[in-house]
Amino acid sequence: MLIPDLSPLWISLKVSLLATVIAFGVGTSVAYKMYHYRGKARSIVEGFLIAPLILPPTVVGFVLLVLLGKNGVLGQILAQWNLRLVFTWYAAVLAAIVVSFPLMYRAALGAFEQIDSLLLDAARCEGASELTVFWYIALPLAMPGILAGTLLTFARALGEFGATLMLAGNIPGQTQTMPMAIYFAVEAGAIEEGWFWTTIVVGISLVGIMAANSWKV
Amino acid sequence: MLVENIFHMRTKFWHGLLSVFVTVLLIADAQLTSTALRNQQIALPPAPTSTILVAAAASLQKALQEITPLYTRANPSQTINYNFAASGVLARQIERGAPVDVFIAAADKQMNDLQKQGLLASDKIDLLTNQLVLIVPWQSTNLTSFRQLLQPEIKRISIGEPRTVPAGQYATEVLKSLGLLELVKSKLVLSNNVKSVLTTVETGDVEAGIVYITDAKSSDKVKVVVIADRKLHSPIRYPIAVLKSSKSIAARQYVEFLQGQSAKAVFKKYGFGIAKP
Repeated sequence: MLIPDLSPLWISLKVSLLATVIAFGVGTSVAYKMYHYRGKARSIVEGFLIAPLILPPTVVGFVLLVLLGKNGVLGQILAQWNLRLVFTWYAAVLAAIVVSFPLMYRAALGAFEQIDSLLLDAARCEGASELTVFWYIALPLAMPGILAGTLLTFARALGEFGATLMLAGNIPGQTQTMPMAIYFAVEAGAIEEGWFWTTIVVGISLVGIMAANSWKV
Repeated sequence: MLVENIFHMRTKFWHGLLSVFVTVLLIADAQLTSTALRNQQIALPPAPTSTILVAAAASLQKALQEITPLYTRANPSQTINYNFAASGVLARQIERGAPVDVFIAAADKQMNDLQKQGLLASDKIDLLTNQLVLIVPWQSTNLTSFRQLLQPEIKRISIGEPRTVPAGQYATEVLKSLGLLELVKSKLVLSNNVKSVLTTVETGDVEAGIVYITDAKSSDKVKVVVIADRKLHSPIRYPIAVLKSSKSIAARQYVEFLQGQSAKAVFKKYGFGIAKP
């Protein structure tokens, strides 16, 4: 069969890798903050952080579009600097970060909560700064859980479709990811093309799972 | 192991959530069962009603929704349900066995596909015609022709996905005839039906879009820049046919009604042309 234009593969990898890196950084640090935070607003804040996982992607896409669209609050601020996000590949990255963030956050929080907090306190007693405690005690101890979360985050980012289509649009060669290519191929009755992309996505997923298993401690 | 230990946390919370879900499901199920039972009792003496499902091109939505009450007033025992989507999407659904009675496409191609597969019960009839227009957001400035889509200020142009959306297919034909297609290709956002093309132009998230004149007329948030010359694209025709899978006699009646005077008046009001037989 004819091999279709491979751009959806590169776009998907570019978008989901970048989204994973950002979600990893933000998710881990927010989780560490929340691990220490015991204030009244905890459940509300946690609710907001987890919400994109529970909401349908179309709801996430709609809200982002309303905020970032040309007439949206954030969209107008961006427009002042002559920037636009909607219908660019950055929008695809943003959509992927938002929907995959809760997985990263939950995983990191769970991993931090499993650490024996006496170890952290012991370090503090010895005079370690909070930053040192984080980098040399908390993060290494939580790393297995965080890595598992990173993998889930990448998988979710790679599979993101609904919010991405709404926010980044279907622009072949720019924002058309593999899930989008599959959707439009099937709608057009191009079953072979649908199979081609499905095979690639399944292949990437299998490799990911095998990699995760080989990391197992 | 790795994945497991993430979710060990807060087991109580998850148990709580689970029990809420189960309760909701039980209540919903009880509700449905009781409604179903009640309906069954009412439905015992079968009333001579019939329901037909019409798969229609997205561009027909407003006009058909206005025509439906006219039809059901004349035929109170019938119910018309619609599935509005891109013609290509509808054709795929029908091929895969969707229980559709009547299909109205926005292009010959999709209807011909079904005809070749022997899925039509009747010959197709050309019902309507339409025209293609270039639109911009209402507050937008200075576009006067298709050629100006080349301007650098025009960053995004919304059209239908050409393989499934007839309006997108006609739009690429126009751009191709004008020698613009390759030049503007990187600006094209391909939407999954013509209504969403209209919406992206309405919100101003794209600088221009190509839709039917009927879509443009239905919105006060866009303005028409130019009507595409009919010579630039294949003729826009809306064929209608009853499908073989239809068990309803009402389907033919409905198709005839759409060709009648009262339906034609509504179609004309929305800007459609009536196809010559």
